[in-house]
Order: sequence, then structure tokens, then C-alpha cells
Amino acid sequence: MANPMRIRAARNDARTDVKVLMSHPMETGLRKDASGTVIPALHIVQVTAKCNERVVLAAQWGPAVSQNPFLQFSFTGGAAGDVVSVTWTDTAGDSRTDQITLT
Amino acid sequence: MRMHRRSFIAFVSSAATAAAASALWPLRALADWVRPVEAFKAKALEDALAALGGPGQPSDAIVFHSPEIAENGAVVPVGIQSSIPGTEQIAILVEENPTPLAAVFYFPEGAEPTVNTRVKVSKTSRLVVAVKAQGKLHLASRQTKVTLGGCGG
Repeated sequence: MANPMRIRAARNDARTDVKVLMSHPMETGLRKDASGTVIPALHIVQVTAKCNERVVLAAQWGPAVSQNPFLQFSFTGGAAGDVVSVTWTDTAGDSRTDQITLT
Repeated sequence: MRMHRRSFIAFVSSAATAAAASALWPLRALADWVRPVEAFKAKALEDALAALGGPGQPSDAIVFHSPEIAENGAVVPVGIQSSIPGTEQIAILVEENPTPLAAVFYFPEGAEPTVNTRVKVSKTSRLVVAVKAQGKLHLASRQTKVTLGGCGG
């Protein structure tokens, strides 16, 4: 199981800014190791962010997103006590969800 | 419970309509966020844009930040902010990458059409942002010079 994501959220008036740092190798499937064998692709394909049950951002990713991906986004609304959760799924079918509570 | 034939038919048909209406909505939302498989497979920028609904028109309403010179192509920060009304989707493409499409972001109701992330750029290339609003594709692009490739050796 992958390492946890680091999520930070800041509320400014009517909008909430969220920063996420995921932990993932994001292998493209094009790189070779020292012996010349191709390292198989393993990257995040889908990301979903929710505020409580409301989807606030969805994304489909290819292999060209950097290793240990960083993502910053904003949405309107979000009150103290709301839970912001981020979920990713990778090419191996692995997935991880982390969440924080807005203050 | 005894039910007359007529009221039974009315009951069944109204239940069916309600079920159909409620089933439609998540389906529609899902269809909007389905992975554009062809666009991710495309090996040329034009093909990827076409698969996204392009070719698209250049627009001034997109604020797009990326470094002019990136020392490390494996981590190139990009920031996008769209002020086009009705922005539904933002795609990031790197022209010279083996497959240009890097990521597609979807903005449901109440999401701000702004996103920051980091992408890999294999060599000096044009970075293109494609914003989809009300079914139309709007483009912005910037050149990024890479001194160290993003795809390792």
C-alpha cells in the first residue's frame, strides 16, 4: 500500500484552496533499468476530490504527470468541519484515499 | 392490498419514470468524466487535440504559467487559470512527449477552473493547454526549454 498523501486546505472567504502531494512512482513504461529491461508502467490514472459527498475535482492522468504528483485546486464553498477527501487509482488498480477536516 | 387494474398501471408507469430519471443523472455525470482513451494514446499533438474535440481556437482568457527554462524536465510546474465562462475541462499537453496528453481535469459545478500541477517534459517543447467550455476547445501555449530530459535514460 502506498504512502499517505499530504493534504492542506485553506479557506479564504467563499473559496477553499487545496494542495495535495501524493506519493507515487509514476513510471511511464518507457524507462529502462541498468540491465536494459523495460520498467513496466505504473502511474495514477484517476483522481477524484470531494468535499463531503460533493465532487469538487475529477482528473484523468497519463504517465507524463511527475513523480510524487503535486496538485493544487480550488472550489467555492466549504465550511469549518467539512471533510475534503482525495482518492487516486493507478494502472495496477491500487487506490488510496486520504482526507482532512476543514478548520 | 387490493389494487384496481387501472391504478396499478398508473402506479407502475410513474415508478418507472422516476427510476429512469434518477438513473440518468449519475450516468450523465459519469459520461463527462470518462477517460479519453484515444486522446491519451495519440502520438501527435493534433491527433490528441482532435480526440478531445479540437482543433480549437487560441484564447486570451487562459492564464497559463510555466517556466521558460526548466532545468529538470521531470518536474515542470504548470499553473492554469481559465476565465472562460462555463469551463468544464482543462487538458495539459506536451507537444514533444511520446504521447502529448499529460492530464485532463474536470470541473463540476462549484469548482474553480484553476489548477496547478507538475508534468514531465522529455525535451524542449511547446506546452499546450486546452480548455473546453460549452463544447468548444480554447487553446493557450508556451514554449519550455529543457536542459535535462524528463524521461530518464
